[in-house]
Amino acid sequence: MALKMVKGSIDRMFDKNLQDLVRGIRNHKEDEAKYISQCIDEIKQELKQDNIAVKANAVCKLTYLQMLGYDISWAAFNIIEVMSASKFTFKRIGYLAASQSFHEGTDVIMLTTNQIRKDLSSPSQYDTGVALTGLSCFVTPDLARDLANDIMTLMSHTKPYIRKKAVLIMYKVFLKYPESLRPAFPRLKEKLEDPDPGVQSAAVNVICELARRNPKNYLSLAPLFFKLMTSSTNNWVLIKIIKLFGALTPLEPRLGKKLIEPLTNLIHSVGAGRGADRAVSAVLISLSSGMPNHSASIQVRPARAGASPPLKYLGLLAMSKILKTHPKSVQSHKDLILQCLDDKDESIRLRALDLLYGMVSKKNLMEIVKKLMTHVDKAEGTTYRDELLTKIIDICSQSNYQYITNFEWYISILVELTRLEGTRHGHLIAAQMLDVAIRVKAIRKFAVSQMSSLLDSAHLLASSTQRNGICEVLYAAAWICGEFSEHLQEPHHTLEAMLRPKVTTLPGHIQAVYVQNVVKLYASILQQKEQAGEAEGAQAVTQLMVDRLPQFVQSADLEVQERASCILQLVKHIQKLQAKDVPVAEEVSALFAGELNPVAPKAQKKVPVPEGLDLDAWINEPLSDSESEDERPRAVFHEEEQRRPKHRPSEADEEELARRREARKQEQANNPFYIKSSPSPQKRYQDTPGVEHIPVVQIDLSVPLKVPGLPMSDQYVKLEEERRHQQKLEKDKRRKKRKEKERKGKRRHGSLPTESDEDIAPAQQVDIVTEEMPENALPSDEDDKDPNDPYRALDIDLDKPLADSEKLPIQKHRNAETSKSPEKEDVPVAEKKSKKPKKKEKKHKEKGRDKEKKKEKEKKWSESPHCPSPVSLQEEVDVNAVTASKDECEDTKMEAQGEEDDAEGQEQDKVRLLPRGLWRHKKEKEERSKGRKKSKKQPPGSGEVAGEAAQEPVHNGAPEEEPLPPESSYSLLAENSYIKMTCDVRGSLQEDSQVTVAIVLENRSSSVLKGMELSVLDSLNARMTRPQGSSVHDGVPVPFQLPPGVSNEAQFVFTIQSIVMAQKLKGTLSFIAKNDEGATQEKLDFRLHFSCSSYLITTPCYSDAFAKLLESGDLSMSSVKVDGIRMSFQNLLAKICFHHHFSVVERVDSCASMYSRSIQGHHVCLLVKKGENSVSVDGKCSDSTLLSNLLEEMKVTLAKC
Amino acid sequence: MIQAILVFNNHGKPRLVRFYQRFPEEIQQQIVRETFHLVLKRDDNICNFLEGGSLIGGSDYKLIYRHYATLYFVFCVDSSESELGILDLIQVFVETLDKCFENVCELDLIFHMDKVHYILQEVVMGGMVLETNMNEIVAQIEAQNRLEKSEGQGLG
Repeated sequence: MALKMVKGSIDRMFDKNLQDLVRGIRNHKEDEAKYISQCIDEIKQELKQDNIAVKANAVCKLTYLQMLGYDISWAAFNIIEVMSASKFTFKRIGYLAASQSFHEGTDVIMLTTNQIRKDLSSPSQYDTGVALTGLSCFVTPDLARDLANDIMTLMSHTKPYIRKKAVLIMYKVFLKYPESLRPAFPRLKEKLEDPDPGVQSAAVNVICELARRNPKNYLSLAPLFFKLMTSSTNNWVLIKIIKLFGALTPLEPRLGKKLIEPLTNLIHSVGAGRGADRAVSAVLISLSSGMPNHSASIQVRPARAGASPPLKYLGLLAMSKILKTHPKSVQSHKDLILQCLDDKDESIRLRALDLLYGMVSKKNLMEIVKKLMTHVDKAEGTTYRDELLTKIIDICSQSNYQYITNFEWYISILVELTRLEGTRHGHLIAAQMLDVAIRVKAIRKFAVSQMSSLLDSAHLLASSTQRNGICEVLYAAAWICGEFSEHLQEPHHTLEAMLRPKVTTLPGHIQAVYVQNVVKLYASILQQKEQAGEAEGAQAVTQLMVDRLPQFVQSADLEVQERASCILQLVKHIQKLQAKDVPVAEEVSALFAGELNPVAPKAQKKVPVPEGLDLDAWINEPLSDSESEDERPRAVFHEEEQRRPKHRPSEADEEELARRREARKQEQANNPFYIKSSPSPQKRYQDTPGVEHIPVVQIDLSVPLKVPGLPMSDQYVKLEEERRHQQKLEKDKRRKKRKEKERKGKRRHGSLPTESDEDIAPAQQVDIVTEEMPENALPSDEDDKDPNDPYRALDIDLDKPLADSEKLPIQKHRNAETSKSPEKEDVPVAEKKSKKPKKKEKKHKEKGRDKEKKKEKEKKWSESPHCPSPVSLQEEVDVNAVTASKDECEDTKMEAQGEEDDAEGQEQDKVRLLPRGLWRHKKEKEERSKGRKKSKKQPPGSGEVAGEAAQEPVHNGAPEEEPLPPESSYSLLAENSYIKMTCDVRGSLQEDSQVTVAIVLENRSSSVLKGMELSVLDSLNARMTRPQGSSVHDGVPVPFQLPPGVSNEAQFVFTIQSIVMAQKLKGTLSFIAKNDEGATQEKLDFRLHFSCSSYLITTPCYSDAFAKLLESGDLSMSSVKVDGIRMSFQNLLAKICFHHHFSVVERVDSCASMYSRSIQGHHVCLLVKKGENSVSVDGKCSDSTLLSNLLEEMKVTLAKC
Repeated sequence: MIQAILVFNNHGKPRLVRFYQRFPEEIQQQIVRETFHLVLKRDDNICNFLEGGSLIGGSDYKLIYRHYATLYFVFCVDSSESELGILDLIQVFVETLDKCFENVCELDLIFHMDKVHYILQEVVMGGMVLETNMNEIVAQIEAQNRLEKSEGQGLG
């Protein structure tokens, strides 16, 4: 009965597919979560089953649940299982799930490498396609490195469907593995001219993405794109190309002129319709970033007035681009833009706002801001209102308050903004208030009065829920009132406002500022009272302090508490002194004497190391030679003395001042700790008493300053108009004076007056104190760059010829080197990788710079775009490399073989689920055909160079210390002074009983080796496959020559009758060694050893199949045991996998089952058990001789462990 | 680059969620919700571009969307994509869906999310536009469907 139930439920599970799941969820609206968790349980059951169809169905359902927000990472392994299904239907489901849920942190992702590689080389284009699509979503740096070469091969696939996908995915590969960019780039470039439009479009797409980040590296492609642009009819391609040119023109201005004509043609030719709009607006937008195009902006206007909303938006977008280069042509559309502020569409409003930023001038600033303020009031939705607020502040503060003529107006704007409810930008307003008050001295009085009224009405701000952040303004207000308390009209009143109990509800950091500034205020009141001789008044203030401060002492905020208790003690002390009638005011205010100057944000960083200062030198070395060092401590005291007291008499002795300044400058030059600069010229200007030539208009009298809550800024607008009118009248009179003034230099830092600005003189004598920078600060733009920018790694010079070391790593016998547990190894590999690209990048950069310089000298490019860049010395040296790199693309397959010999420097990381056998035979086949093609295609001689390149070791990402010594599957065959032969014997499943012997020939002499011929004495059992028509005694020619120091690989196929025994063949390599002195005939004998293991091909096997195989009973059994083994089990298995071509089926603790298959189809199963320091291997095989021979070989291997 | 493609209905129920940058599932849902609220409050006759989704990307990113009957199709893209181009792409995508499902409606998307994904995979790959020619897309989809069918028969 129970069994039936189980069976029934299994049946039901079978039935529930994605549609049922969706239906179920829809039917369980009220308890959806419960239903889904029940479904997930079912899915878990399904995933445990062996049937791949059931698993795939389960994974498909999981993908749906993922969309609903359920984490499915726990099923990652099952997803991989489904990915490796042989049927496309299931494979596709698996890849889809993987693409939705895998990411760099997915640990099992490393298991997919071989599966993906297999799928990439699948004969079905859709298997390949699905793998590429999936990979594009979850490619990791490891995958990118391992698969880059395979993908590159696919870029020349016969099917355009695969080609375009392969091209597109390369961008992802570049991002994850920047080293691949240079080797792959030539082929990518080639694809720009692919016959298939889809592939072409993909290539354009990739290059545009690349060029967007680092345009300068792609300037050399401009002629090619130019051609494409004039020939292509695909709108997508056109748009991308035009965007690309948009990025290139700023770098190469001459390009702009060349583009005007074709672009105009384009605009006219596209005519009406959807595509046309698109192209046109794209044209406009990209055009505008750097070419003379008043015509463009003219075109925008009708587009916007005509006004389908998307076009309106794009018109505004285009304008903002044009604005950067041609502000004038946009400014004339001010009316339209202001109109757009009233648009009901927020996107359009935001765009218009953006434009306003660039359109303001001294003339229209007030007007525009006024308009914006009305919008602030009207605006609904905090996002837009906040945006408005930040924009207002941005507009006003841009380029060092360049456009503000009246700072009182600005302060009142800021104060008005504080009445905004629910804004997030309180801190922004506060920062502006502080900045203006500190840097514009003339405004302080006004600012202080405004701030004190703000403090007075603090309850309004604070009460409207603290979290909205507007109370940040109080921070600024308190600080300004405290710091510039001498300007306060009713300090006592403000003091009381600041000591209200309500204050304790403010956030801690604001309270802290309150406490600190209360004392400043107190100090200044004290001084006033004492000067006026009101001892009682002074004592009353002290009493007030003593009464109120304790509320802060109890604060929960540490900072507040600390400051308050400190100050409370101080005030109590003062109180005692006051009781004794001791005048204290002087001393108290001395606490806050001196002025705070604004310091530029990066000032500290930019302090240069003074000449002669060696930071590495001993600090405590004898003071013998150190006059300057003696001075250093003194300098600090000098500094203190020279600090100006707060109320410095303005009529300071000029001479004395100059002298001091000079002295201080000198000290500062020697003092590395000093970041304060000498007074800027602007400041000096203000200090000079000659004020008479500045038109000061007294305005603050007419403004009712003390009524908070009234929109006052409007009045400034009116006032300003009047003032300007007046100014105009006086203009002629003043002209003379102004000239004189101008001669004296510009008053404002960084303000470049435009024509329109010249007419307007600022209302006040405003002095914007520049932020302080250390003297001779190092100019550096480094700070702007984000070191973590992933695109930076792709800033690679692409014109430089490829070096030998820059090759894509190619699949090697990595599975064999699986040694330590992957978790341990992950770390160093990752570290390595993160280091590597940087180094490379630097190198490229340096070289790139050199090249650029050269280019600049030559200035050839723009005249004749097709002219190749001049050959540099370095390039000449690297001629070999150049040829190699050219051939490389065609020969990647060749390399696949060539590099297999090189096992050292391999990064050995992950356990391959699916070992190499499966993909390899395919490769070899392709390779052979490729090789044939190559020999036809290539001019004689280039083959060797390519071969040489192929033999070069690949060091990319190779960890230095490896847990297992690097091993090569190539073993030494024979060597003499001329040549070294190493070989690897590989079985191939494809052709029965054939093995391929790959022999690497390395020329060690200084002669050229040619006419190489390999003759092998056939045995009964093994025969070498010779070209048709040649006899058994003829040798087989080696299809290449070897220049000195070069190595290359040749392959020979042998047919084997029986594979159950190992065997040896005798052979001779004969060759002619030719050097300057002549040619000699040489030969080298060798013995080729075919071990039984070499007939095995690593074949994956599932545990269920494995179990069946064992149960079948037609396998004979044998076993060996080896003692004295200390190697870890993991490494041991790796060794067996590597040397004997097995794959691990299952591993439980120190026991593993392994499987392999011979080229003639014998199954070989192993059970490897590890004892304390022994290993026993039980084997089962369909041929007992083969098994025993294999085990003997294995014993030898293990004995070495 | 396309950062994400979201399809949801008038009530904000996701019908297709395709991110080309990793976000944890929780955040993905948040983004869908946020995006839904952003587009929901917009009239149908105003422009199809939207800036200011706070969760994806930042200022470089835009939401480009189209509203079809009960469904919103939203693409989140960076500045390298042309706005009108993407609008067109959405149209291509929807027309392709229409061809493949024969008069597509929300129910098709609900019950065949996997198929919608496969179609999308032929249009956009890894965040980059793969194919814009509808005939080509449909041809590839059909070829794959045939392949799937033949496998199904093989299975018995």
